[in-house]
Amino acid sequence: MSENWPLFEVFIRSRAGLEHKHVGSVHAADERMAIEHARDVYTRRQEGVSIWVVRSSDIVASDPGEAEALFEPARDKVYRHPTFYTIPDEVKNL
Amino acid sequence: MYTQALDVHGKEAAPDAADGGPAQRFQARVDAEEKIEPKDWMPEAYRQTLIRQISQHAHSEIVGMLPEGNWITRAPSLRRKAVLIAKVQDEGGHGMYLYSAAETLGIDRAQMFEQLLSGAAKYSSIFNYPTLTWADVGAIGWLVDGAAIMNQIPICRCSYGPYARAMVRICKEESFHQRQGFEIMLTLAEGSPEQRAMAQDALNRWWWPSIMMFGPSDADSKHTAQSMRWKIKRFSNDELRQKFIDITVPQAHHLGLTIPDPQLRWNPATEHYDIGPIDWAEFHAVLKGHGPCNRERLEARRSAYEAGRWVREAAAAHAQKQQRRRALPAAAAG
Amino acid sequence: MSAATDSRTDAQRELRTAHCRYVLRLGDTALVLAQRLGEWVGHAPQLEEDLALANLALDLVGQARLLLTYAGELEGRGRDEDTLAFLRDAPEYTNLTLAEQPNGDFASTIVRQWLIDTWQLEIYQGLCASTDTRLAAIAAKALKETRYHQRFSSGWLVRLGDGTAESQARTQRALDELWRFTAELFAPDEVDERMHAAGIAPALAALAPAWSARVDADLADATLRRPPPQPYPWHGKRGVHTEHLGHMLAEMQHLPRTYRGARW
Repeated sequence: MSENWPLFEVFIRSRAGLEHKHVGSVHAADERMAIEHARDVYTRRQEGVSIWVVRSSDIVASDPGEAEALFEPARDKVYRHPTFYTIPDEVKNL
Repeated sequence: MYTQALDVHGKEAAPDAADGGPAQRFQARVDAEEKIEPKDWMPEAYRQTLIRQISQHAHSEIVGMLPEGNWITRAPSLRRKAVLIAKVQDEGGHGMYLYSAAETLGIDRAQMFEQLLSGAAKYSSIFNYPTLTWADVGAIGWLVDGAAIMNQIPICRCSYGPYARAMVRICKEESFHQRQGFEIMLTLAEGSPEQRAMAQDALNRWWWPSIMMFGPSDADSKHTAQSMRWKIKRFSNDELRQKFIDITVPQAHHLGLTIPDPQLRWNPATEHYDIGPIDWAEFHAVLKGHGPCNRERLEARRSAYEAGRWVREAAAAHAQKQQRRRALPAAAAG
Repeated sequence: MSAATDSRTDAQRELRTAHCRYVLRLGDTALVLAQRLGEWVGHAPQLEEDLALANLALDLVGQARLLLTYAGELEGRGRDEDTLAFLRDAPEYTNLTLAEQPNGDFASTIVRQWLIDTWQLEIYQGLCASTDTRLAAIAAKALKETRYHQRFSSGWLVRLGDGTAESQARTQRALDELWRFTAELFAPDEVDERMHAAGIAPALAALAPAWSARVDADLADATLRRPPPQPYPWHGKRGVHTEHLGHMLAEMQHLPRTYRGARW
């Protein structure tokens, strides 16, 4: 008989934060329990106002072996950054 | 990513003729203080060393819940009871952060637990000593957590990302542990003659085991050089031990208690405290399983695990039933 | 002093005594239950449950501290939270009998927890409207904690009741054994009636239907049978306890009683 509880990754959004950050993982038998465990383990010091739990097996991650192909090409496309453009000082609101 | 599904076990990158291979690239990253993350290539020995170290660290935390948990029902005030429960809860939480970090390396919680219960995995020897009086709770917070902090702060900068991040979290929580321990000792030292004697007795029993927590001199340790090169270990055992002693002796003076070492003295030339000889025979005996409480500690964890089996099975069974029930309407419609 | 004034001060004094006793009962129930949960730490079926049970204990100790401190002030004899907790003997304790029952196995602990959580939910909700603003504030804070406790305990009741054949058998057995202690939960006595008349507490018996409905809903989800009603007049809230409380207090109170007058 199985007694193993699957692993869930935990993401917490802090009081002042805008996005959920990955903080670790918990084992739980079901989603409701996963939320409670995440709350008990990762928010004891008022670290969060929102919890996401995701089964670890559902996470799809990029392969570090492909890091060059995935991330290097963005390096030379500086025109995506506002500082690339020169706007005269007198022009406001740009 | 901390997911077990991505198993990089045994996967070796193709050697690059230009710069001498993945092992060299790996070392270059470590030397440059880059963090190694779960899916990155790493030498198998690096992975195994980390699994061993992190899981043993986790085991220490959860076995460590027992000596202090022993006093929750007997804490002498409601405030002390609340603080002790919070501290022991933190220790359980630390165990969880560490098991979490270890699981990113390809081992799962059940496997690690089996290793602990079978005796294959070690845990910090200090938790094989009994807590005989309330003062022991104070001594553990002050000395044992103090030593742990000394050991743990450098690991916040270790090369393996998940371990380093777990340590940052743990260190933030650990300082309250040491402060509450010292506060207990202070209250006892300033209390009645019996309380004062209780505090001194606890110091007498916990001083040397705390010193031994840092482990033998690195000259006698097999793993140190490689661990240092991989930035898993950042300071030698002796360095950390000396730092701990230099910080703690003045604290004992403040308490008005005597450290049980007749050879302890300040060395003005080195500007460190010199201590008497450490009885490493005791350390090794305790590590081998012959300490005062080794059997009891493991037995407690073992029986909780065994007794809890039907509970874990019930939760898993219920979850399965729920999944099947949710699938039913879809099956009926299809 | 006239007879009218005498009877008025008598009435005030009686009300204050009842008030103190009422608050003390709530505090004692929280404390005794916290003490039981404290025994579990380090021995739970899963590490995550060690943390969960410790969390419950911590919340309940917090409630006990607030309530005992307040009761001591109402009493006016200079007893603080620790004097009340550590220097009263069993007959002076006024917790629900249910709270002092031993942990038993995890099913037993969960059933006990769930029964008290659902009870506290009704009580604290009712107390939020108390004319005693201090008690209302304590209840409002405790209510948030209790909602989480009840979520936890009812979740486990369902997992155990509707889990495996073994877990269902254990949970049904625990329910059958603990059910008689529910007789006390909504049986009002003079203290409860005085508190209600003064607008301090809700009418106790009136809370029973809501509690019963919630209990039935959870039992249905858990595929468990509600035991038949059983009379049980030995109410802990009147200081009439089972043999368990004495042993628990002996352990809990050992240090302050051995080192009289010591500060910890």
